[in-house]
Amino acid sequence: MDLLKLQESFDAKIEKGDCIEPKDWMPDDYRKTLIRQISQHAHSEIVGMLPEGNWITRAPSLRRKMVLLAKVQDEGGHGLYLYSAAETMGISRDEMIEQLHSGKAKYSSIFNYPTLTWADIGAIGWLVDGAAIMNQVMLQRTSYGPYARAMVRICKEESFHQRQGYEIMSVLAAGTHEQKAMAQDALNRWWWPSLMMFGPPDADSPHTAQSVRWKIKRETNDELRNKFVDRTVPQAEFIGLKVPDKDLKWNEAKQGYDWGKINWDEFYNVIKGNGPCNKERLEARRKAHENGAWVREAAAAYAAKQQQKAAA
Amino acid sequence: MSNNQGILWEVFVQTKPGLPHKHCGSVHAPDKEMAIQNARDVYTRRSEGTSIWVVPAEAITASSPEDMGAFFEPANDKVYRHPTFYHVPEGVKYL
Amino acid sequence: MEKALFNYLLRLADSSLIIGHRLSEWCGHGPVLEEDIALTNIALDFVGRANALYEYAGKVEGKGRTEDDLAYLRNERDFFNNLLAEQPNGDYAQTILRQYLTDAFEIHFYEALSTSKDETLAGIAAKSLKEIQYHLRHSSSWMLRLGDGTEESNRRLQNALNEIYRFTGSLFETDENDSVLIAAGIVPDLSAIQQQWQKDVDAMLEKAMLKKPENVWMQKGNLQGKHTEHLGYILAEMQSLHRALPGVKW
Repeated sequence: MDLLKLQESFDAKIEKGDCIEPKDWMPDDYRKTLIRQISQHAHSEIVGMLPEGNWITRAPSLRRKMVLLAKVQDEGGHGLYLYSAAETMGISRDEMIEQLHSGKAKYSSIFNYPTLTWADIGAIGWLVDGAAIMNQVMLQRTSYGPYARAMVRICKEESFHQRQGYEIMSVLAAGTHEQKAMAQDALNRWWWPSLMMFGPPDADSPHTAQSVRWKIKRETNDELRNKFVDRTVPQAEFIGLKVPDKDLKWNEAKQGYDWGKINWDEFYNVIKGNGPCNKERLEARRKAHENGAWVREAAAAYAAKQQQKAAA
Repeated sequence: MSNNQGILWEVFVQTKPGLPHKHCGSVHAPDKEMAIQNARDVYTRRSEGTSIWVVPAEAITASSPEDMGAFFEPANDKVYRHPTFYHVPEGVKYL
Repeated sequence: MEKALFNYLLRLADSSLIIGHRLSEWCGHGPVLEEDIALTNIALDFVGRANALYEYAGKVEGKGRTEDDLAYLRNERDFFNNLLAEQPNGDYAQTILRQYLTDAFEIHFYEALSTSKDETLAGIAAKSLKEIQYHLRHSSSWMLRLGDGTEESNRRLQNALNEIYRFTGSLFETDENDSVLIAAGIVPDLSAIQQQWQKDVDAMLEKAMLKKPENVWMQKGNLQGKHTEHLGYILAEMQSLHRALPGVKW
């Protein structure tokens, strides 16, 4: 088949809403965009284990400790599903990890903020997972089959993540003066970075339009962000916490909230590496990888020896 | 070598005794014993499984999309392979 | 009798919690993603078991202490976990070895405990036994891979063995509680279990091409709450938040 025909059949599939599968022909840019997006998503899950992992050993009750362990482990699992989905496009996990460690590949900039108190674990579950879920629910219908299937699995597993975060926050908010202050402080610090998670405004988002055309994305950054604000503000009010935005008010006409301005300067700086924890996060990942090198080598050597024995 | 993540394995999980094993994802592992343990740890964390298969990804041969017409469309007009093709007088049982 | 059972339950619960804590330190830092996930599964089993044992201990004691009271509000000298559990993760070889030595003990211990005349304890043991079978499978697989992998992995595993073998005696320490509870058919006799453990461990060390350290002076004292210096730091970290805001709900 010539290129034109292949392109036509690809376009027709996208138009019809069929999934693209690994062996299907696809335009180079579609492949590149997806590899970038899926690996970035995978890296976010893996780096995202660190800020929450920071509190596993200090979780204030055994129940909270188990929940947090299970949750951080899930993030690892989700990273794994996503790396696998990206691998179907012909890139290896080694290459992706290499790109993360060299700084070539990005991950969600939210994970460059520190978890200072226990309430941050609540805020991350509630806000960060909440924001991620909006994106992920949409991605269950993304046009690339393996990505969509990974997202279905991830969404199913993530459903407890946001709840456990909100539960932590609501217990704190209903607790002592100190606990409530801790919860409010966490909301103050995580609110704006959570809104940034949806990415730059549509007008400045270089990839959004094409991604929507390819049905990789089904909703734009701003649409998702507004939906998130509309859903989350009442949740904060319900437990007596105040969203740190003085411009926030209900707009009856549009049946949604009007709200303040995101500090995009901060966003771009954190992406560039100037966030509070960029250095620590990458360092931790590199260290785990390097310290694990001899373990992986040993396992490979053992496997090779066993194969030789079996062949002999 | 120091980057070695191990071989890629495809994982098939049976969710209940009697059901077929269904593809659910992949894992990396250096050998089959570790592959099956990794698959257990990754894909049955919520008691999703009663049995697991792992297969080296490179051992799988797949039909290619170009063959779709030739492979599968000829079956479309063979309606007589399906039980609803046949008329059975009303009231006849166990058929 | 209640007092003896309470102390014995603490011994088991503390050992589970402390090694679970150590394993949880790996979460997000494992040598390969699959292994990170596997270790966390094991950590979860241990913390879950500790939770069940503390809960039961609180009931046996009858003073209204909860599982969290027992985990978070006791000091170093009141913890009775075996000394092996609190040893640092070190490199991956040390973690795997510590785990294997523990699993090889627990597989026999919890099997015997699952026939305890105390039904609650027998129930906890039976559930744990299934988990332990998997733990042992996991740690044994890695013992072989590291022992018979590369020169470096063998050397690291041997170093770990030389370093922490002296804490294995503490797995089998007994005190006056043991005789009371053994007589009542509630807990097994550890000396029989030690023999089984030694046989398994010797066989594994040979298969993994390791040399058993000789003339080792075993470190003991955990049943009197005498630990290595590591435990204090574990508790300082684990209990800090819980103690900072006493009596609140989490």
